[in-house]
Amino acid sequence: MIDSSLKDIAAALRAKTVSAVELATDSLARIQARDGQINAFVTVDEGGALAAARAADARIKDGSAGPLTGIPLAHKDVFCTEGVLTTCGSKMLANFTSPYDAHVVSLLKAAGAVMVGKTNMDEFAMGSSNESSHAGPTRNPWDTTKVPGGSSGGSAAAVAARMVPIATGTDTGGSVRQPAALCGITGIKPTYGSVSRFGMIAYASSLDQGGAFARSAEDCATLLTAMMGHDPRDSTSLERSYDDCGASLAQPLAGLRIGLPREFFAEGMSDDVRAAVDAAIAEYRRLGATLVEVSLPNARLAIPAYYVIAPAEASSNLSRFDGVRYGHRAAQYTDLNDMYCKSRAEGFGPEVKRRILVGTYVLSHGYYDAYYIKAQKLRRLIAQDFAAAFEQCDIIAGPTNPTVAYGLGEKTSDPVQMYLGDIYTVAVNLAGLPALSHPAGFGAGGLPVGLQLIGKYFHEANLLGAAHQFQQATDWHTRAPAVQEA
Amino acid sequence: MSRTDWEVVIGLEIHTQLNTQSKIFSGASIAFGAEPNVQACGVDIALPGVLPVLNKGAVERAIRFGLAIGATVAPKSVFARKNYFYPDLPKGYQISQFELPVVVGGHIDLLVPDGKGGAYEKRVNLTRAHLEEDAGKSLHEDFHGMTGIDLNRAGTPLLEIVSEPDMRSSAEAVAYARALHALVRWIDICDGNMQEGSFRCDANVSVRPRGQAEFGTRREIKNLNSFRFLQQAIDYEIQWQIDLIEDGGKVQQATVLFDPDTGETRAMRSKEDAHDYRYFPDPDLLPLVIDSAWIERVKGELPELPAALSARFQGEYGLSAYDATTLTASRETAQYYLDVVAAAGAANAKTCANWVMGDLAARLNKAELDITASPVSAAQLAGLVARIADNTISNAIAKKVFEALWSGEGESADAIIEAQGLKQVTDSGAIEAIIDEVLAANQKSVEEFRAGKEKAFNALVGQCMKASKGKANPAQVNEILKKKLG
Repeated sequence: MIDSSLKDIAAALRAKTVSAVELATDSLARIQARDGQINAFVTVDEGGALAAARAADARIKDGSAGPLTGIPLAHKDVFCTEGVLTTCGSKMLANFTSPYDAHVVSLLKAAGAVMVGKTNMDEFAMGSSNESSHAGPTRNPWDTTKVPGGSSGGSAAAVAARMVPIATGTDTGGSVRQPAALCGITGIKPTYGSVSRFGMIAYASSLDQGGAFARSAEDCATLLTAMMGHDPRDSTSLERSYDDCGASLAQPLAGLRIGLPREFFAEGMSDDVRAAVDAAIAEYRRLGATLVEVSLPNARLAIPAYYVIAPAEASSNLSRFDGVRYGHRAAQYTDLNDMYCKSRAEGFGPEVKRRILVGTYVLSHGYYDAYYIKAQKLRRLIAQDFAAAFEQCDIIAGPTNPTVAYGLGEKTSDPVQMYLGDIYTVAVNLAGLPALSHPAGFGAGGLPVGLQLIGKYFHEANLLGAAHQFQQATDWHTRAPAVQEA
Repeated sequence: MSRTDWEVVIGLEIHTQLNTQSKIFSGASIAFGAEPNVQACGVDIALPGVLPVLNKGAVERAIRFGLAIGATVAPKSVFARKNYFYPDLPKGYQISQFELPVVVGGHIDLLVPDGKGGAYEKRVNLTRAHLEEDAGKSLHEDFHGMTGIDLNRAGTPLLEIVSEPDMRSSAEAVAYARALHALVRWIDICDGNMQEGSFRCDANVSVRPRGQAEFGTRREIKNLNSFRFLQQAIDYEIQWQIDLIEDGGKVQQATVLFDPDTGETRAMRSKEDAHDYRYFPDPDLLPLVIDSAWIERVKGELPELPAALSARFQGEYGLSAYDATTLTASRETAQYYLDVVAAAGAANAKTCANWVMGDLAARLNKAELDITASPVSAAQLAGLVARIADNTISNAIAKKVFEALWSGEGESADAIIEAQGLKQVTDSGAIEAIIDEVLAANQKSVEEFRAGKEKAFNALVGQCMKASKGKANPAQVNEILKKKLG
């Protein structure tokens, strides 16, 4: 049953042909059987899940259930969950239990969704392969020698391996879209400011945005609708009315203008990805969309701008992890400074340290103008490029990732190579736009390829509508990996 | 060799704690004196995932201050992060305003005592005032070699008020600090409690040969929490710098602490080990936008300011600049004075001023009472002034009546005058009789006067007043006595 669409599961729950407890039990059993191979979960909360499922069943009985009531879900371990470990993939927080729920967690609890556990992630959401986690790497369900992408790789893998139908993630430079692409599922990152960051452990505040994973665009719409909304506890949360993200699902593609950025198709994409992306775009055309070439001339500057701004913010955001009040503290130290140095040296992994060092450097006296201020200027140029492109089209399409999933350990020794994998995704975060990735076929080694759709501000429903129309005509999103069970 | 004539240059940075209900970025209380860490919420202790939300009340107080000093209230200002590690700074950064503060410019006009009983006018220009959060407190006692951290104060709203280096003596610095202290209390943005740290001064001090255009190297004296310490610290520092230079040394830029026990300043850190705070705009907070409607509303709610009231006292009541400034030193004193004048009549404004600044102030001082707790009410004092004005009592008797009012011997001046028979004798027949008696009993004085000894006349007046138990009208005594001796 948990392999069905949310709509079908909800109908079955209402019809009492299945109970929320049964769904939770199924999900927990799948995790039990499959996660030994995948390592998608850092924490599984069986007791909490069953209790939430019983409460959901009571709501279904009394008629107060919503579309997510009784649906098993997993939260990325970046979201604070009261009473359940929140490690953020780091040794620094390996022992941290939050005394409060993140806004997203509260919303989904209130909607009656049943959290089965917390998913693995790159440490503090820094990474593109899920290999920097303190809990060990997550493996790609399609090929366990490959990475699942990151930093929300655990959530993507959990959904791809059919352990949960939906999961939350966060996207700072592609961390929802890229693992969605590499794991063959659908993932969306909404407009910056649509999902509250309260309780979402910050990596780069001006770029971080919560997002949704599901197998289909339709299910993503259901989850994302429940996650979005104004939260007065987050000053960057936008105060506006939030539409139902599923409002445009039935909208035909005829008349939709899809912009293809010249720069995204020029070079860098591997042949197998290009073939799948071209075929998917052809399918959109067949379904009635018109294609226009657009240009994002500053797109090539997105990676350098991102790798200045994100580390700068991270270097400051991660200062609170000092071993004083919570988290890891070194066992032995001689004085205060030694305690800071040892606790942080022991608590943070190499990628986190690298970004803290880069960020500290670019904010330093004498370098601030040359790096941080310049990067902010690039950021504005990149946003202007998108604005100009959107005068000619409704949606921008292109690859999510230049290649299919690569091998575990293949790029860990060359961080710059790994950073370049973010080439198609980071510009979207710099501009604050909504974007999704949906399955678009398979490339080398039978590994999934994702197509990225980028929308205008607040056009989440249009993106999901277009993807849904595509998914009505194709079956890539229904393909499931064969995961070996224990 | 002639000694160099040194000119002192002083600028002050004053941290005023704003009297909001809650903290600047969280909902926790800022009340003083609570048990350690009970007034620190998740935001104040910097739990993972928490976010700051700006307290509008703090902004409103900053606007009030800006308007009160004739400054520009910035239509857009920006909160920045000041990064450094310290256990009482939970986030590892302080949220402050750096490049774009909320208040720019402005000035304060004050009277500086000249040390010879007079005073001169002085204008001190302000550079800026900015909003920021306070840090917590490190407690080094009672922890057996460890340090205790109390985060109750963390996040308390501060307005840091920075002056231009316009002051040329410790007297000017103290006069400025006092005027500012009076002003922030007047406009009700700070309780001014210096013992509790609500008003703390840092003094930047340098010396230069008079006539030299450029400033000398400055040292900053931190955290002076009384006007006396401010004066002592600056005076010590000035002499220390002059001695150093005259001995062939050079002042090194440094931050120094004042030790009230020794009366000395000592260096805390030099410029070389100054922090690089890596300021950058806080991505968790949007720029602070203050529109003209907000400013106009705050302007409408401002009380009449001390400078305007002082001008009114001089214009309408004919008070001297010094008296008008003294009476507007606090809003409570000014209100008390206004109440006295309202009841006693504007014609008696000068007498009212003399009583408020003279006997009442002296008595309050001695009893260490605030004027709002004065045992003699404004109405009672006005009643007393009225009886002086209509010659019912002399000034000497008035002092007696005042003492009686102070100790609660009667409801009003009239009641005391009646009960104690203090009414002035103005019946010239009765006065003549007293004078005759005195002249008869003091033949020696009469002869001395006639021999040209003017002093003898005063002695006779004194005798007459004594004989009348102070009740005779002194003017009449003078007049009749003169006639009789003439």
